[in-house]
Amino acid sequence: MTDDGREIAEALLVLADGTVFEGEAIGASPPGGVQTGEVVFNTVLSGYQEVITDPSYAGQVIAFTCPHIGNYGVNPDDYESRRPFCRGVVVRDLARRRSSWRATGDLDGLLREHGIPGIGGIDTRRLTRHLRDLGAMPGAFGTADEATLRAAAAGAAGTDGIDLVATVTCDEAHTVPSTGGGRRIVAYDFGIKSTILRHLSGLGEVTVVPATMPADDVLALGPDGVFLSNGPGDPEPLTGIRDQITDLLGRVPVFGICLGHQLLAGALGAETFKLPFGHHGGNHPVRNLATGSVEITSQNHNYCVTEGSSPSADLTHVNLNDGTVEGLRCRDVPAFSVQYHPEAGPGPHDSRYLFAEFEDLMAAFKGKVHA
Amino acid sequence: MPRRDDIGSILLIGSGPIVIGQACEFDYSGTQACRVLREEGYRVILANSNPATIMTDPDFADATYVEPLRLDVLTRIIDKERPDALLPTLGGQTALNLAMELVEAGVLDEYGVELIGADAEAIATAEDRERFKAAMLEIGLDVPASGIAHDMDEARQVVERIGLPVVIRPAYILGGRGTGIAATPEEFERVAAHGLDASRIHEILVERSIAGWKEFELEVMRDRADNCVVICSIENLDPMGIHTGDSITVAPAQTLTDLEYQQMRDAAFACLRRVGVETGGSNVQFAVDPATGQQVIIEMNPRVSRSSALASKATGFPIAKIAARLAVGYTLDEIPNDITEETPAAFEPTIDYVVTKVPRWAFEKFTGTSGVLGTSMQSVGEVMAIGRTFPESLQKGLRSLENGRLGLNADPAEAALDEMDDDALAAAAAIATPERIFQVEALLRRGHTVDQVHGATAIDPWFLDQMLAITEERRAIEATTPDGLGRLGWRRAKRLGFSDAQLAHLWGIDPSQVRDRREAAGVFPTYKTVDTCGAEFAAETPYHYSAWEEEDEVRPSDRPKVMILGSGPNRIGQGIEFDYCCVHASFALGDAGYETIMVNCNPETVSTDYDTSDRLYFEPLTFEDVTNIIAAEQPMAVVVSLGGQTPLKLAGLLPEALIAGTSPRSIDLAEDREQWNLLCAKLEIPQPPGGTAVDLQQARVVVADVGYPVLVRPSYVLGGRAMEIVYDDSQLEWAMSELSGFGSLGIEGGLSAERPVLVDRFLEDATEVDVDAIRDADGDLVIGAVMEHVEEAGVHSGDSACVIPPPHLPDEVVATIEEHTRRIAEALDVRGFINVQYAVKADEVYVIEANPRASRTVPFVAKATGVPLAKVASRVMLGATLAELRTEGLLVDRVVGDHVAVKEAVMPFNRFPEADPVLGPEMRSTGEVMGIDLTPGLAFYKSQISAGTDLPDSGTVFFSLADRDKRAGLEAARGFTDLGLSIVATSGTAAHLRYNGLPVADVVAKLGEDGTDAIELIRSGAIQMVVNSPRGRGSRADGEHIRAAASAEGIPLLTTTAAALAAARGLTDWRHFPLEVRTLQAYHRGITRGPEVSVP
Repeated sequence: MTDDGREIAEALLVLADGTVFEGEAIGASPPGGVQTGEVVFNTVLSGYQEVITDPSYAGQVIAFTCPHIGNYGVNPDDYESRRPFCRGVVVRDLARRRSSWRATGDLDGLLREHGIPGIGGIDTRRLTRHLRDLGAMPGAFGTADEATLRAAAAGAAGTDGIDLVATVTCDEAHTVPSTGGGRRIVAYDFGIKSTILRHLSGLGEVTVVPATMPADDVLALGPDGVFLSNGPGDPEPLTGIRDQITDLLGRVPVFGICLGHQLLAGALGAETFKLPFGHHGGNHPVRNLATGSVEITSQNHNYCVTEGSSPSADLTHVNLNDGTVEGLRCRDVPAFSVQYHPEAGPGPHDSRYLFAEFEDLMAAFKGKVHA
Repeated sequence: MPRRDDIGSILLIGSGPIVIGQACEFDYSGTQACRVLREEGYRVILANSNPATIMTDPDFADATYVEPLRLDVLTRIIDKERPDALLPTLGGQTALNLAMELVEAGVLDEYGVELIGADAEAIATAEDRERFKAAMLEIGLDVPASGIAHDMDEARQVVERIGLPVVIRPAYILGGRGTGIAATPEEFERVAAHGLDASRIHEILVERSIAGWKEFELEVMRDRADNCVVICSIENLDPMGIHTGDSITVAPAQTLTDLEYQQMRDAAFACLRRVGVETGGSNVQFAVDPATGQQVIIEMNPRVSRSSALASKATGFPIAKIAARLAVGYTLDEIPNDITEETPAAFEPTIDYVVTKVPRWAFEKFTGTSGVLGTSMQSVGEVMAIGRTFPESLQKGLRSLENGRLGLNADPAEAALDEMDDDALAAAAAIATPERIFQVEALLRRGHTVDQVHGATAIDPWFLDQMLAITEERRAIEATTPDGLGRLGWRRAKRLGFSDAQLAHLWGIDPSQVRDRREAAGVFPTYKTVDTCGAEFAAETPYHYSAWEEEDEVRPSDRPKVMILGSGPNRIGQGIEFDYCCVHASFALGDAGYETIMVNCNPETVSTDYDTSDRLYFEPLTFEDVTNIIAAEQPMAVVVSLGGQTPLKLAGLLPEALIAGTSPRSIDLAEDREQWNLLCAKLEIPQPPGGTAVDLQQARVVVADVGYPVLVRPSYVLGGRAMEIVYDDSQLEWAMSELSGFGSLGIEGGLSAERPVLVDRFLEDATEVDVDAIRDADGDLVIGAVMEHVEEAGVHSGDSACVIPPPHLPDEVVATIEEHTRRIAEALDVRGFINVQYAVKADEVYVIEANPRASRTVPFVAKATGVPLAKVASRVMLGATLAELRTEGLLVDRVVGDHVAVKEAVMPFNRFPEADPVLGPEMRSTGEVMGIDLTPGLAFYKSQISAGTDLPDSGTVFFSLADRDKRAGLEAARGFTDLGLSIVATSGTAAHLRYNGLPVADVVAKLGEDGTDAIELIRSGAIQMVVNSPRGRGSRADGEHIRAAASAEGIPLLTTTAAALAAARGLTDWRHFPLEVRTLQAYHRGITRGPEVSVP
């Protein structure tokens, strides 16, 4: 017991390769004191609530490199989806007391409310270095004994080859009213973030549809443009979705972000590969090849489009850290996509112009069709 | 975009002497800029009057002008060098202001010099508060309601419109000088008038006060392709109303949601673009209303700053270096991040630790000051600490301060707080002072809630709760024993930043026992790396900090390693000079093949640039922290004698075999008064008679023997802390009680049985002489220089001007001094530096003290003589002989030439209007300048300009002298009348001057007498210079007021007749010869006076 009456429950984090980290339990209590997931690290300094509630983290345990997490609590406006889909949270230090005029609760409460377990007190820098050197890997954590956790970690599934989109997409279509523009947009929900919807609704009315909706049904809604959202995991098993995108191309302007970008590239025949430890943070420099300028971007992906594997699309954006593909634009059809998150939430606002480009694309296409 | 080829040479202006608000951070930034620009192949021309800087080493620029930073001098340099460009953004406010003066005077246009980094329009927009606010409103950013005033009438009109409380900010100032908050009409009248005076252009901003709001800073960079990045966010623990330089600050920002942070980031970029900072780094300050989140922009600095130095050290991103590259045309994406090597500089660092900066104040040096913090910066230095969490970094920071504290209380000094009752403590904590952070912890410990303390201090509850976590842990520690703590308990305590010494205090045991128990429990420190990227990329940066974690990233190498202990925070008595020595040691030992390991906690310095040494440990310089690093690195030697008193204190505690150079026993021998007296007696070197005392009674016994006046000083301090010249019994009583007070609180310089007070006969009117020398293991000795002080003995050597070569000492006296120095060094078996101070009276040489360590004058001597003393000494300390170093070419002969170099101290009295601006045995200067020229007069005159004393060429000099000074004062007065200045004097002085045939235009009334008194004359502008020597502590009232008035009015004030005489000679030469500037490189080749330059 600490002086403020909180129980310190010692806990361990064990990675699939057997590496053990000491900490203490936070958040919800998992059944049997064991929780598993693919452990990834995120380097943002602010925006933990947005990260934890981002559906793209389905199946994953998020380790924050920033040591103090929870300082400003949580609030109703900073949810990126209806609930967190991640499997756990790893921090160095969970705030005991929040401080923000916007806060309505604290992070520990949010985790408990949604049944998300976590572990605090971890040497997260050691964990990050380990994942950086050996790659993202499954792990298990909790108050169970080391042998139990070790076995759980060894048996835990990663994200390769698994359709995680099915676990986060909406059950039925719903509409987000326009806050500005007059467009009609259909947004595929592969795990779409609220901030993206906020930006799209600035262009017009957005109909959010389940990931499984066939292309013809989408076109039947008469959209000016179709948006392919972000989402969790490996694009490879999502063949059905890719086929629908292939059907859409050329018939309606398409804009994709993150998983949506990978799926668009996949529809164009491009290959994807798994990055060693992914990009998860808010500080990745990306060059816009058209203007030459550098955008500081928000990123969250483990898989990546192989450069040069989609001959019908031009490379538009490149990651300056590792040279990976960050953006594509189709030569023959009105479609483009970026790997990073121009909507931010959390992250810098440098790339918001891409939503305006989507508007331009829709305007140009409409002109063409009706000419 | 590639490097610009249309410019070939670049003039860089440094920031001049270390003053409050402008310290060695600009040596750090300037040194980086010099390095980078030369690497890029530009010819670098540097102007800086501060000889203690690394940047003015002749190796760092192609042409180094150690000359006054004044418009006429800069114009002369430009005329001579014809630079293509001027880079004004790396030398602080001084360089920016000078650049604007050069623009306004048409000099840059005339010579076709381009301003790079920031143009005149951008500087004016950022610096002129009215334009700045208008510009911000124009781009939709929120600013506090305000108005501009150029006189009191305008100021009153503004207040009528926006209401009280208001904050007053003068335009074109640095470190917040002249700013203040006014809550009542009376306060407003006073603060506004003060602000108008402080502004170069007599302009103030009267602004609605947002005291109590949260304060944030963003360090941002922009390149000419308009790429913008935030390098670091900083949150002030102290709310608005306390100057950020006086605030405890934390990086990264801790209490902003991403939504708010990104809003701030967008605003900062918009600000940069609107102001028009084309390239480089800027600092943008914001205030946030804690109740509503409303953000307002406060100010921006279109240049590198103290905060950008902190941000560079906090993140590992070298802002000044990158800013220099951007200024010559590169874009951020073209510059590699030299920490990761594989990623570009076009990114935003993310950090996985918490950095806390804590200011270091020196109020104890300025009797009469309130010690209350406000909008005008008063701290003289700062420390930075890195921890994995805020509590850890806060406690590390507090124990780095070198003021006797071991952390956030839990130490002997907290006893003073325990004596206060709750109400008194709460009342004290409501006022921002250096003690507040400790008072806050004490309140929390007494059960005041976080909300109560927040209500009283406006410190954010998150920070308070983090401090409460420390407090709660302390209670748990007190309730158990070292054995009861358990491994996890030990780890929790250490992770909250508790030092072994704090735990020892809480348990009443010895720190070494704490260490033993902790290690027995299996809890050891680990070392982490600062890598700009939160470990996302592999980085081999050799920049480390300790943490109590699971993984140690440091891999010891098998090269021979030398550890250099730095000097900690800048404070009066210990500043940039010692950092210079440590950096030189690192360079020299690195060149000689050693792996160098720097340990220091001062973020402003060159030593804490990760480029300086092979490895950098950003750690407190305490026994525990240093011992841990020694254990991790296993160095073959530890250098303790180059960083001033901070590392020297550790000499006796560390394993003797590791101490490089002079043994700790010799260091002790020089400090131990009895042994030292025996040694001098044996060598038959005369000393002023004296003795030691641990209490008043013993002091009286000594005085009975030697007679008044006596000099009373504590042992083991630098900078003459609490040193007093004592003329009678009552003064002696006072001085002794002061010192015993410090001792009980563990304050630096405190009296204790182990550290008695030295009581020596004070030699009045003696000339003081300083010698720096190096002795090797073979007994070979090289004299760096014999320096003659301008002020007589009794003025602290650090506050006294001094001259190389000695202008008034006969050759045989110099020879005696050199011989004494050689024999003392021999007797102490010195291996490395020795500094000896002498007093010369009637050609008799008395030794005052010897210190076998680097002295404050080492860089000055090196620049005056061309001998790289610190490099030579560091090699000697590692076993090289002087003969070997001569052969190697490192040790060169002193340059032969006719030049004279004068070092002058720079005093901070304008920051402390309540303090008496008189020189005395306690050092109070913050920095120094060097004047160098071919006559003593010219060199002295230049040193005065550089120190900010514009000696008048015409007008009236006011004389008021103590009786013992009247004889010497006559000569000075004659000098001024010969130059055509007129003299006014108080009655006694006037009578003396007239008796000796000197015209005195007017006799000035004593204060309170009928007639116009000196203060009225000073305020009316009728007097252009004041010569006023003090009469000892007893009858100081009149003089103190006169000096304070002169200081307040910015009128040159000379408090010794020696300085007055030197000023008269300087003015004479200045009028006689044309202004000439020469490079240090030229002086070091040797310049002899031609026939056109003869001494008048």
